[in-house]
Amino acid sequence: MDRLPRPILDWFAARGWQLHPHQVEMLARAAEPALLLVAPTGGGKTMAGFLPTLADLADRPRPGLHTLYISPLKALAADIRRNLTGPIAGMGLAIRVEERTGDTSRTQRLRQRADPPQILLTTPESLALLLSYEDAPRMFAGLQRVIVDEIHALAESRRGDQLMLGLARLASLAPGLRRVGLSATVEDPPALARFMARAPEPCAVLHADPGPDPDITMLDTRRPPPWAGGGGRHAIPDILDQVRAHRTTLIFHNTRAQAEIFFHDLWLQNTGNLPVGIHHGSLSREQRERVEAAMVAGALRAIVCTGSLDLGIDWGNVDLVIQVGAPRNVKRLVQRIGRANHRYNAPSKALLVPANRFEVVECAAALEAVRAHDLDGEPRGPGPLDVLCQHILATACAGPFDAGALYAEVVTAGPYAALPRADFDACLEFCATGGYALRAYDRWRRLMEQGGLWRLRDPRNARIIRMNLGTIVDTEKLKVRMKGRGGMALGEVEEGFAASLSQGDTFLIGGQVVRFEGLRELTVEVTRDPGRTPKLAVFDGTRFATSTRLSDRMLAILNGGDWSALPAATRDWLALQAEVSLMPRRDRLLVESFPFEGREHLCIWGFAGRNAQQTLGLLATRRMEERGLHPLGFVATDYATLIWGLDAVADAAPLLEGEGLREGLEGWLAGNAVMKRSFRSTAQIAGLIERTLPGQRRSGRQATFSTDILYDTLRRHDPGHLMLRITREEAMRGLVDFGRIEEMLARIGGRIDTRRLDRVPPLAAPLFLEIGRVPVQGAARERLLAEEADRLMAAAGLA
Amino acid sequence: MIAGHEFALAGALMVARAAGTLWWPDAGVLVVSDLHLGKSGRIARRGGALLPPYETADTLARLGAEIAALEPATVVCLGDTFDDLMAAELPEAEALWLARLMAGRRWIRIAGNHDPGPVRPGGEHLAEWRAGPLIFRHIAAPGAVGEVSGHYHPKARVTARGQALARPCFLIDAARAVLPAFGTYTGGLATTDPALCALMAPGAVAVLTGRRAVCLPMPRGAARPAGGPARRPERRG
Repeated sequence: MDRLPRPILDWFAARGWQLHPHQVEMLARAAEPALLLVAPTGGGKTMAGFLPTLADLADRPRPGLHTLYISPLKALAADIRRNLTGPIAGMGLAIRVEERTGDTSRTQRLRQRADPPQILLTTPESLALLLSYEDAPRMFAGLQRVIVDEIHALAESRRGDQLMLGLARLASLAPGLRRVGLSATVEDPPALARFMARAPEPCAVLHADPGPDPDITMLDTRRPPPWAGGGGRHAIPDILDQVRAHRTTLIFHNTRAQAEIFFHDLWLQNTGNLPVGIHHGSLSREQRERVEAAMVAGALRAIVCTGSLDLGIDWGNVDLVIQVGAPRNVKRLVQRIGRANHRYNAPSKALLVPANRFEVVECAAALEAVRAHDLDGEPRGPGPLDVLCQHILATACAGPFDAGALYAEVVTAGPYAALPRADFDACLEFCATGGYALRAYDRWRRLMEQGGLWRLRDPRNARIIRMNLGTIVDTEKLKVRMKGRGGMALGEVEEGFAASLSQGDTFLIGGQVVRFEGLRELTVEVTRDPGRTPKLAVFDGTRFATSTRLSDRMLAILNGGDWSALPAATRDWLALQAEVSLMPRRDRLLVESFPFEGREHLCIWGFAGRNAQQTLGLLATRRMEERGLHPLGFVATDYATLIWGLDAVADAAPLLEGEGLREGLEGWLAGNAVMKRSFRSTAQIAGLIERTLPGQRRSGRQATFSTDILYDTLRRHDPGHLMLRITREEAMRGLVDFGRIEEMLARIGGRIDTRRLDRVPPLAAPLFLEIGRVPVQGAARERLLAEEADRLMAAAGLA
Repeated sequence: MIAGHEFALAGALMVARAAGTLWWPDAGVLVVSDLHLGKSGRIARRGGALLPPYETADTLARLGAEIAALEPATVVCLGDTFDDLMAAELPEAEALWLARLMAGRRWIRIAGNHDPGPVRPGGEHLAEWRAGPLIFRHIAAPGAVGEVSGHYHPKARVTARGQALARPCFLIDAARAVLPAFGTYTGGLATTDPALCALMAPGAVAVLTGRRAVCLPMPRGAARPAGGPARRPERRG
């Protein structure tokens, strides 16, 4: 405490507040170049991050940008500003705190560049933009500290890679800059420290007292979970009881669609009219802000939400977290539980609600893991090159640069510490000319070298590059509005979902059933339709794969024989599976083959996580196609892949032989939808294509073409191109997750059991309700299309 | 065997081929539309993205395969052959390739909205071309009979047993045929678009391109977007 200047000490004393030990230590070590603080939610992390700044500015008040605070959410920046301005005013300090996000007005932004506040609160994207301006060196020259909040969340995506490149740049502009990372509990703090350090310098890790273990159990429900499906509808009466018994409850769901359906059903049973809101990323901003404001005001007893509330505003009055559906990942579950009771040293209270009997097993495994403090997580790979390409272009916007100096700076970013110079040069070449084997663009290159410095050929290009900064790639979305003049905006749906709607179809959004009326200038027009059963909305939010450790725990429970922790209904169901078919095991691979509704099905129980199971689906259907088995499509869950087609499979072993699997993988994967999805992100981030900006799209679109065409063209004519390499690398560790397939193949060691059954086996039943089906573009589709065409022609009397 | 869908237009026997070309066997005429050659170059020239510069080669290779298979006496390009008039200045290799395809046959280049004037690669440059009972032009004219046109890049979306497909297609009724775009870097306009619904008579069919030419009633229904993520919005046609 003695390090604190008088006004701050007085302020704390006046409130009778004590500093937490980790806050004291952060102050004591404020001069260290890099510090990572790992603390549970409610541990006063943010104050720990800002205290050294307040102390420094109280001792030595001075104008100019002193501290940059970066958070993953705009809302968090706004919240922090409110939480800082109070104490700063109370301490009588002359410190200006301002936000700088995508929502900041143009006037304000211009003023901030000319006359920055002492503390600027921003996001990784806004920082990238600030660094792309010519005046960045002047603006950041005096910067003392940078605080990265929720760094564990940023490290999970390319936003983290982009931010670390930004910090590398900042460190060059502001020598002596100190960096602080604030993280929730993670499984491997030293790895996170290496990620945020200025390589090769170290970054010390400080651990706050983790606080008491959470109070977490599975919710006992009057009705057992359904055999199949999801959403937790069966548990609504029990959940309502819990909401009544607590002050404020957060009800988390894994997907937006499930949150919508649950919210709808909840209202139908909410006879006591408890105030309950819904919050997810597909809702319009106004709707989300309304819910957030009501929550802050304490006007809501519960919010049905998704990952959109994993981070952010500190709502101190939340006293219960309910997780509906299996948690997929223990680390995320623990962080989510921390949302309840934002008071240090009080246990967080949480309930797990498995949505079906299969998830009961996963929830049981997750409870074991939480109690054992066994956090999971996959190691982070090296920084992706598409983000580096974007960084090079943004750097060129700020002014001419020397390639060698930029390389030396880039390798000080943790994720890029091991970047070979050749890869950097390939990225630079891509930015300059497209990097094609056919040198078509020497005249129209984007960057050119002049007097040893690289610069934009056409400075007007900077505008386009800046508009495309950022690494968040959204799927194409269409706005949903109530029909009529000034109809209310309800949210967004994916374009693919909108395209599948016919007039009269109904779906859920914002908790209400609406009827599709038509499309008007790329807006989905709907009317209210309370009376009908809705068609499911496929808002595909991010879905995480069940972690390796959680899968292993589940297999252990399935085969352990001791099912006493499981509800009776689940025990009966598992017993039925053991009787009718086999139980999936860790050391063998169970494959079930059966007919259902006129199609043949194959169910592969790999327990390798959603992404790897999806890849397995691609590999198996490819081999089926080669053998003339007419696969039509498949769907993957965290536990299994379900394939359907026109012909029965008698022996699955040849479809899954490890021999040549990796070698053949690239050729096999090259043409499929997963790779194309990965390519689309990479192409957009690296600047190969421009992102579609709001208001740019037109309804007459015969001149636009999909990135799939670019991907196919590159593959045919320039297979060695950098974009294809990045696509492959990203897909292999992300969507393809080949590592977990190899891990699975190693543990089963060639022991594959194919069971032929005459009906859907018990464990496989839930798979029929999964969304995210992947079509197989093969002979079977041609056959179906021809059949359908004949039928339609005959029906229309045209045949 | 003829790889395609046969139909009669104003008494002339035509074949809508799976590759997206229209073949008039009795006259030895091969028709293609909307090649948009030089598109990536035009985008780069305007300071846009540096797209893979291979679409011209790709389009010419597919056109070459059709010419080799059919040996037409006449090739008709229905407009928007080049993405703009400057794009017609193809790199030398591609210009030579195009010249080889043109050699020894009549080559008619109808003016499109992207390439309204005559250009160096030659061929006969016409606003429209009449042959027998047929008239060839870029944009369909309401009320025309025996008309073959392009411009709209029609694309059909079909759902068969729950599987959705979207493919470039021909649109054909008793009076006219609208061709799909043949160029590699071309997108599609949904057949449900009001412009196409108004143009085509009731009972019109769509012939989907792909591995096989598949004929079905023209999908109309409530207006909705064509499938797939579309990028790089530009002005129509």
